[in-house]
This record gives sequence, C-alpha cells and structure tokens, in this order.
Amino acid sequence: MELRQKLEILADAAKYDASCASSGTEKRDSRPGDGKPGGIGSTEGMGICHAYAPDGRCISLLKVLLTNACIYDCAYCINRATSNVPRARFTVRELVDLTLDFYRRNYIEGLFLSSGIIRSPDYTMERLVDVARILREEHGFRGYIHLKTIPDASPELLAEAGRHADRLSINIELPQEGALKALAPEKDLSEIRRAMGRMRLRIEEAKEARKTERRAAAPRFAPAGQSTQMIIGADASDDRAVLGTTANLYGSYGLKRVYFSAYSPIPDASRMLPPQPPPLVREHRLYQADWLLRFYGFSLDEIMAGGEGGMLDLGIDPKLAWALRHRGDFPVDVNRAPRERLLRVPGLGAKTVDRLLTARRHRAIRSEDLARLRLPLAKLLPFLVTADHRPRVTDRLDLRALVAPRTGFAKPVQMALL
Amino acid sequence: MIGIALPGPADFPAWREAARRLLAAEVAPERVAWHLAGEAAGLFAHEAVPEPRRATISVPRAFPELAEVVIRHRDQERFALLYRLLWRITHGEHGLLEVATDPEVIRAQGMAKAVRRDAHKMHAFVRFREAPEGRYVAWFEPDHHILEAEAGFFVRRFAGMRWSILTPEASAHWDGEDLRMGAGGRRADAPAEDAKEELWRAYFASIFNPARLKPAAMRAEMPVKYWRNLPEAQDIPRLMAEATRRVAEMVARGATPAAPRRQRVLAADVEAPMPADLFATQDPTAALAALRAEVLADRGPLAEHATQAVFGEGPIGAALLFVGEQPGDEEDIAGKPFVGPAGRMFNRALEEAGIPRAEAYVTNAVKHFKFKPTGRRRLHQSPDAGDIAHYRPFLRREIEIVGPRLVVSLGATALRALTGKPLAITKVRGEVVRSEDGVPVFPTVHPSYLLRLPDPESKEREYARFLGDLKGAWREVQ
Repeated sequence: MELRQKLEILADAAKYDASCASSGTEKRDSRPGDGKPGGIGSTEGMGICHAYAPDGRCISLLKVLLTNACIYDCAYCINRATSNVPRARFTVRELVDLTLDFYRRNYIEGLFLSSGIIRSPDYTMERLVDVARILREEHGFRGYIHLKTIPDASPELLAEAGRHADRLSINIELPQEGALKALAPEKDLSEIRRAMGRMRLRIEEAKEARKTERRAAAPRFAPAGQSTQMIIGADASDDRAVLGTTANLYGSYGLKRVYFSAYSPIPDASRMLPPQPPPLVREHRLYQADWLLRFYGFSLDEIMAGGEGGMLDLGIDPKLAWALRHRGDFPVDVNRAPRERLLRVPGLGAKTVDRLLTARRHRAIRSEDLARLRLPLAKLLPFLVTADHRPRVTDRLDLRALVAPRTGFAKPVQMALL
Repeated sequence: MIGIALPGPADFPAWREAARRLLAAEVAPERVAWHLAGEAAGLFAHEAVPEPRRATISVPRAFPELAEVVIRHRDQERFALLYRLLWRITHGEHGLLEVATDPEVIRAQGMAKAVRRDAHKMHAFVRFREAPEGRYVAWFEPDHHILEAEAGFFVRRFAGMRWSILTPEASAHWDGEDLRMGAGGRRADAPAEDAKEELWRAYFASIFNPARLKPAAMRAEMPVKYWRNLPEAQDIPRLMAEATRRVAEMVARGATPAAPRRQRVLAADVEAPMPADLFATQDPTAALAALRAEVLADRGPLAEHATQAVFGEGPIGAALLFVGEQPGDEEDIAGKPFVGPAGRMFNRALEEAGIPRAEAYVTNAVKHFKFKPTGRRRLHQSPDAGDIAHYRPFLRREIEIVGPRLVVSLGATALRALTGKPLAITKVRGEVVRSEDGVPVFPTVHPSYLLRLPDPESKEREYARFLGDLKGAWREVQ
C-alpha cells in the first residue's frame, strides 16, 4: 500500500479523538547545550495550532494511528474488530520519517500516536513506544509527543512511554460503567481507573523529584500530564452523570483535561448506536459547565439547577441559565462586589473580572467603560450595577428573551445539516 | 514642533532613547512629530530637543514591556501613543496601565494584542519548502513588523536546519550558526512547491470530520488572508462542498452488517474468580484470596466513583489485626491500605511501639474510598451507617479467616463496624470490648485524628497516648 493511502486511512481513523493539545510541557529547544548535541524541535509552553480544518478544530499534532486493525469490538469505534473499514498499518520507520518531514516544514508541533490493539496490549504499546524512542534518541526530536496508553500494558512499557512522551492518555470512553460494558465489552472501567491512578502516581513522583535539589535526575514522566476523552450521546447518560464523572476524574487522577466528544456518525456504524448524533451544542454546553465547576466556584447542583431533568439548557449558556433562576442574587455592583460574586455575573469571564478589580481601584466603572472593553452589554446590564446604571428588569418575566443570544447556538444550526 | 526620526519601524531602543531625552526636557506630547528616518518629518517639525530639565524618572516595569510589543504594530501613530502614555504615567498617573478602561490604555493593549496574535500566527502558519542543497525557505506576509523579534523562535526550533524566512519588508536567514537579517523579498524568491505537500494535504483532508462542519470557527482562527500561503488551504472549498453529501450518505447507509471477527479476543491476565467451594476446604489462604476477589468485585454504592476496593494486608494468623475507617485518596490509587498520610503516621507509631508491621494485619471497615469530588481534589466523607453495614459481612469474614488474638479498632467507624453499636471511644478506650462475634476488640483513635489536631502540644500528648494504646495492645497478645 502506498504511504499516502496509509496516511489517509490512519488519519481518518484517528480523527474521532478530540485532543490536539500541545501545551503545558517543559521548555526545550533544538540548540546544542548541557552536553547534549543539537536536535530538532522546541516546546515553549503555549501550544500552537498550525492549521484549522473546516470542522473548526485545531490541527496541532500529526494525529494518526499506528494501525486501525483491532481485536476489540467497541460499538462506537470505527476501528472495531467487526467493522468493514479498510485496514492499514504504518511501519515504525514510516511514522518517524513522516513526523520529521512534517515538522521540518513547520506543519505540526509533534505527534499524537494511538493504535488499535493488535496481538496483545504489550505488543501494541511496544510499537508506540518504539516510535517515540527513535524520534527522541536517534533524531534528537524535541517537539511534542502524546501517546495513547493501553491500560493493560506492562509497567515497564508505561515507564518508558512516560520518559519519551509529553502527555499520556487513556480514554474513559463513556460516562457510565453500564454503557461501557454494553458498548465496549473488552474494556474494563476498573482497569482504566487503576491505570489512570498509576499514571497519576508516576507523574507526581517525577514532579516531586524535580523539586528536590541535588537528587539524581529522576526519571522524566509525562511532564504535560494525562488527559482523557468521553463520548457524549452514544449512550443514555444525562449531563449530570457526565459532569459528575468528569469532576471525579479531575479530582481523582489529576487530569489536565477531560475532552468531550459528541458522538459523531461514523461510516459503517454499529446497530447498537443511536441513529442520530446529539446536537454539537451539547458538547459546548458541557465544556462551559465544566469550566464553571473548575474555575468559577459553582457546584454541580447549582449548575444543574439551571436546566431540567438532569440536562443543561441548550439555548443559553449554563451561567446565564443559573442566573435567570437566581435573580435574588442580582444585581451585583461592579464597583463593590467581591471577586466571587462578579464571577457569577453572566457575560463576565475570569480575566475581565480581574481587570475590572484592578481598574476600579483607580476610578469608578461606568457603563461606557464596559462598552469600551467590548463586553456583551445586553447580557450584562440586567445583572450589574455600575456607577451610572441600576437595572430595573431583573424581575421581568421576559428577561430570558432579553438576554438570550439571538443567533448562533441558540438555534440548532448544526442540526440543519442532517 | 520637534521632529524625531527613528532608524527602523520597530526599533525600541531608539524610541526609548528619544523618549528619555524628550521627557527629561519636559517636552509635551503635542509638540513631538514622530517619523521614520527617510520619511518626511512634517512641515513645522524643525525644532531641536531642548536641554534636559529633570533627572530620569522611573516608570512601572509594565510600561517598557508593553511598549516593546506595541512598537511592532504597523499603525503609524504607535510612537506618539506610547509617548503620550509615558507622559501621563510620569505626570500624575503612575498607575495608568492598571486602568483597563482608559481609552488610550485600551488602544495600546489592543495593539499589543494584535502584535502578539500576528506573532503567534507566524509561528503557526510559516510553511517551509525544501530548496536545493537542503535549505528550507518560507514566504510569509505578517501584518506587523515582527520578523526580527520572532526569528529567535525559529532558531530555537530549527537550529539544526539551514533556513530563510522571506517577507515583503525584510528577511531572516539562519545558516546553522548565525542569524542574519536581510532585505525584503518576493514570493517568487521561495520555491514554488515541495514534494511533501501532497502528503500534508492528504492528512489535512483526512483529519477533517465532515459531520462537524463549522467553517466560521475555522475562519476565526485561520483568517482567509493567510490561505494563499498555506498549501492545505486550497482544499478547503472542496472539502466543505463535499461534507454535507458525505454525511448524508453515511446516515443513509446506516448500520452495516458486522464483518467476521478476524481474531478472538484474548482475555488479558484477569484473575480467574475463585470457585466458591474453596471456602469449604478450610484452607485459609485460599479462603482469604476468594474473599479478596469478592471484595474487589463488589459493586456497592461507593464502588461507582472509587478507583478500586482496598482489601486488607498482612499474614494469616497475625496476633494483632488493625481495623481503620476506609481507604483515602492514596490508598484508593495504590490499592493498598494505610499508605497515605495517616498510614505513614500509623507506621511510625507501630515502629516506635516495637510492633513489626509485617506481623500485623491491617484493613478497613469500609473497603471503598467515600469522597466528594471538588475541583482538583477529593474531599474525604465519613461513611454512614448504611456504608458500614454494606461492608460488615466482608469484615467479619476477613477477621474470621485471619484469626487474630486481638482486634485493634482505630476510630469510631471501625468500632461501630465491629460492635454493631455507636460507642463513644472516650468511654471505652483502654478496655477490651467484644465484637458481635465475640472477638476481643481494643478501641483507640484513628491516626488521622492525630493529624487533624491544631496545636503541637495536644498533638504530642495525643500521639503519646496513642503509642501507649498500641503498646498495651501488643502486651495483651504476648
């Protein structure tokens, strides 16, 4: 099979993994120094998106599978054993060369390598680790490497993966254990969790050892941490279950990110899956809610109070939905309220709040100041007191209509496609 | 008017030097006409800078940091705007840059943001093509004067390559050792193609998911003005035009019959469940292993969010069996009892009491970690009567198989699990009570209680008392 054809099959097979992040790792560059010869590549903290596909997603890494052959039969997966897709497999050398050729032309930040399970978890993991090791050791590659980790692979392979990779990930796949059992019979939630736990311990150990002075260099282990992905809408889990599982994953395993991936129709779908995908906006609302939970001091119950029956409101963002049901907490005075209260005002993000807190020490904030900062006034002003404005609409019944966005996500735009 | 000529469009040191002289001479911003050397200075800008009247003045560090970036903006007003800001900062508005709502601050911040974005897009969208003799050449059209400032990024990234980046205004050349800035170039100076672009375009087309068409999101991050220098962008119109049809076909085709499996799944080395009749064999090692398997497979309410059940650890026939409350964060991850902060405190106390940990059996009343997930951490939650009752049969059998001479209960949960009654430790501490099954139980506090004590004195006092309890228990079984 020609290289181009392999690339097409194995990139197509990888595109359902949402993550393409290349940020948050240690600083490295390609210049010689510290007794090391020069190499190629650098990481400077911030990730870079080298292109965007028409699906609006960032292309930062060369995201491919080593092979899309797989002995597992996960219903939601295009690569499951019983799917009819054409199969292909890269050689380790082909992957190394492809990564370097793309990197030299500045197409990518690095490699995100995953694979179907062939022969055994260890056999597969060994091939993935080979690619990373050859890139690092034979070519002095200093770019970003993300390896998908196979939960059952041996601890030695995991250690080596962590030595070469910036990030490791294991997909949790589905929000609830029952769904995983039904749709991915060979996967085991307990094993996935234990593997995430083992990774957390190693990541913490490596971090701790780096802090200790004069200690012999501790083995490097995935400095950009671990992440995971959950498919939304392939099973019956509601948003409360999704967010509960997400909070648990962040708290238990110190994950850098939990990615949501709206179940997307795949060619050659299994009969066990819903015929229609969920609206993409559901994924968006879940990300917003997740953000409120982690950075805005909201509790799960508060967020779910803005929706109905365990589902978030698709028409408006979850902070606005919460505010509309808690009008007694408003209006909030932009010149006096503490940070926690301002963070709860619809339309004010954390960065804006911090800028306003600094600015108000020098002069009183007026409505025109907010306009100059290009904040969404129609959404903000019903909830906010400024030096020259006091809202009178907080108890109006049609407030939702006044503040809800009139375009974009409010209408089910994406659905029209199907 | 005083005309100030700057040698280059983004020459920050030259601007700073001029601004210092003007400020020292108390020249107000309205009297300065900034321009680039070689451009007309304006009709009346013929005055010289007067003699200095004041010593240098310090400004907040945020100002030079901002100015250094703003000066790369293509807006011709940038030199004057920066001097106005500097003037205001040094004339009564020291904290000006903190006033995010000030129109001039907003303007400067906006310019800095545009420059940073341009730099970021340059890091992203420069596309090298391979030229003869292994050189890599890129043609790029930035919006602002950023090439010199950003060349370092490409040096750090591609130190081992020889490369040139050509822009209309200037060019940067790296020969593997030195960076040289040169004159501007033309698109035709870069190679017209590259052998690997076909693969890159194939990748771009394949990684795109036609079921998630969001062209506005794409254009927001990859504005159309960059497309003409991105080889992959020529495929975008075709990919978009085909997307709807591809998805419709996919949905219409619906589910397809499963292909025959090519390989049977080999069960990973999952421990085979113990046959139940092993219990009947009276072999305690087998019985304990069977019980362990049963506990690990437990799917009670607490199992839903925990990583795993944590079973006891230690030799069968241990004289002392310690029962704690429940696994904590670290025990949940490690799958072993007493390895977290309280476990470390417990080990230290055992050692000081002269009890070899390897000779003791340690376990918990509740086998799963009960917690509340809050943001980045898990908050311990005390098990309630229902949780205790759920795990009680496991604990009773565990004790029965291990067969200790004395059970030491650590904390109220353990005591309750053993006696079936909510007894206060303070009332029964130091006595030997009986479990429901008649096993002698020696109640003491949980080591985590010692960790929670606020002041060092009570910590020391309570630790000594705990140590006394452990020694007492050890004496009981000698």
